Amino acid sequence: MTKEFKRPDGRKVDELREMKAKVGVVPNADGSAMFSFGDTVAIAAVYGPKEHHPRNQRNPEEGTLRCTYNMLSFSVTDRIRPGPSRRSTEISKITEWALEPVVMIEKYPNMVIDVHVNILQANASTRCAGINAAAMALAHAGIPMKDIVSSVSIGKLDKQLVVDVNKYEEDWEEGEGATDIPITFTNSGELTHIQLDGKITSKQLKEAIELAREATKKIYEVQKEALKNPLREEK
Amino acid sequence: MMTSNLTGERIKKYLSEGKRFDNRKLEEFREISIETGVSKNAEGSARVKLGKTEVLVGIKMNVSEPYSDSPDKGNMMVTAELLPLSSPRFENGPPKFPAIELGRVIDRGIRESKFIDFEKLCIKKGEKVWTVFIDIYSINDDGNLLDAAGLGAIAALKNAKIPKYDEKNEKVLFGELSKDSIPLAKEIPISLTIHKVGDSLIVDPTREEEDISETRVTIGSSNGVISSMQKGNSKSLSVEEMSKILDLTEKIEKEISKKIERFFK
Repeated sequence: MTKEFKRPDGRKVDELREMKAKVGVVPNADGSAMFSFGDTVAIAAVYGPKEHHPRNQRNPEEGTLRCTYNMLSFSVTDRIRPGPSRRSTEISKITEWALEPVVMIEKYPNMVIDVHVNILQANASTRCAGINAAAMALAHAGIPMKDIVSSVSIGKLDKQLVVDVNKYEEDWEEGEGATDIPITFTNSGELTHIQLDGKITSKQLKEAIELAREATKKIYEVQKEALKNPLREEK
Repeated sequence: MMTSNLTGERIKKYLSEGKRFDNRKLEEFREISIETGVSKNAEGSARVKLGKTEVLVGIKMNVSEPYSDSPDKGNMMVTAELLPLSSPRFENGPPKFPAIELGRVIDRGIRESKFIDFEKLCIKKGEKVWTVFIDIYSINDDGNLLDAAGLGAIAALKNAKIPKYDEKNEKVLFGELSKDSIPLAKEIPISLTIHKVGDSLIVDPTREEEDISETRVTIGSSNGVISSMQKGNSKSLSVEEMSKILDLTEKIEKEISKKIERFFK
């Protein structure tokens, strides 16, 4: 890793943006949380376990975790039309896959746990912020979990790996351009989600995964602290 | 999940004695909090809380063609989404009636009061005008989303700055805001909803109160002049009741205007 690489916002290559986390932001929900990386702000709310409708989707073996990811129309500079899109449908499923390994869903056969993730303000890494918020909301709802997950996006700008890419970096055009690698880890170090867009060698990808592992440890601490101090106790 | 009959009867009994579960008077609002500039990528934004009810409103703008019947006027579009995040009652899927009505009632409240000077939003007559998008999202529904959204829309509009426009290439430079605000009237239009629960008239209902409300009237007015109105739900009102509602609205509009003044300095 070249030491002289300067990130546009002055961060070190392995430095995350300032993180903020809050638990209990939606009083109506059974569990809720806010998580932010700099200007990227996500909130998540959990409803359930509850009766699963439509009935034909029930699973008698174990419960169902149902995540929805949605961006507010004004969360980005160029307004997006409200409502689901192909992109948000995919990220919803990715969020489910990232969380399922730690949620003890087998305790709730025939039932559903709804996790709603909304992006209030976007500056890249929205799915990672969403997953972090969702994990906290599930824990806040008291859903039995084996572990908590933490998510971060690793970027490759030209040849340089960096942690927690922002929008400016995501659009990197110099040299080899930008490669975006969102990764989710459990606190015990299991990988539950990885995606990649761009171009990278397998050697460097291994480095990226190591970087993500270290970064998620820091994220975990922020999540843990927030869970210890929820905003409101009563529902 | 709906409020039970038992609770409903109790609420009505309390109201008939002039009392409410949360100790408010019948004509009293919950604590109002308005925060503006809450979303960096929006042209303007506001977070409004009425007690536990919370909405987020954002303004986005874009350049488009004017409608043929108003070639020299800008456009406005109000969209409301009742996020499933904000209540166990809201589901994913295309907007249902409550969300559509919410958007339309807020739309008329602003449009009919002439709060926005649409003529000043014209760039080139018949070809290019600004469209103002007002997007409303519920974050926590504890009743009276209508009035919260109304306040939010006003606050977000006042907070907004028009994006920079590259006239040569006819392109909007999203993310770069000019110093110009949206041209707005001085008088703030306030949208207020009066509910009839049992024989009592109340304002700012909680979720439970709203559930058992038999009929409601939303009135948009500024400085005593009414510019929009909508009666909701199927119960009828007598003429005396309607006139009571109008008197009440006038009184409360003044109170609310005073209360929110400090947020709009």
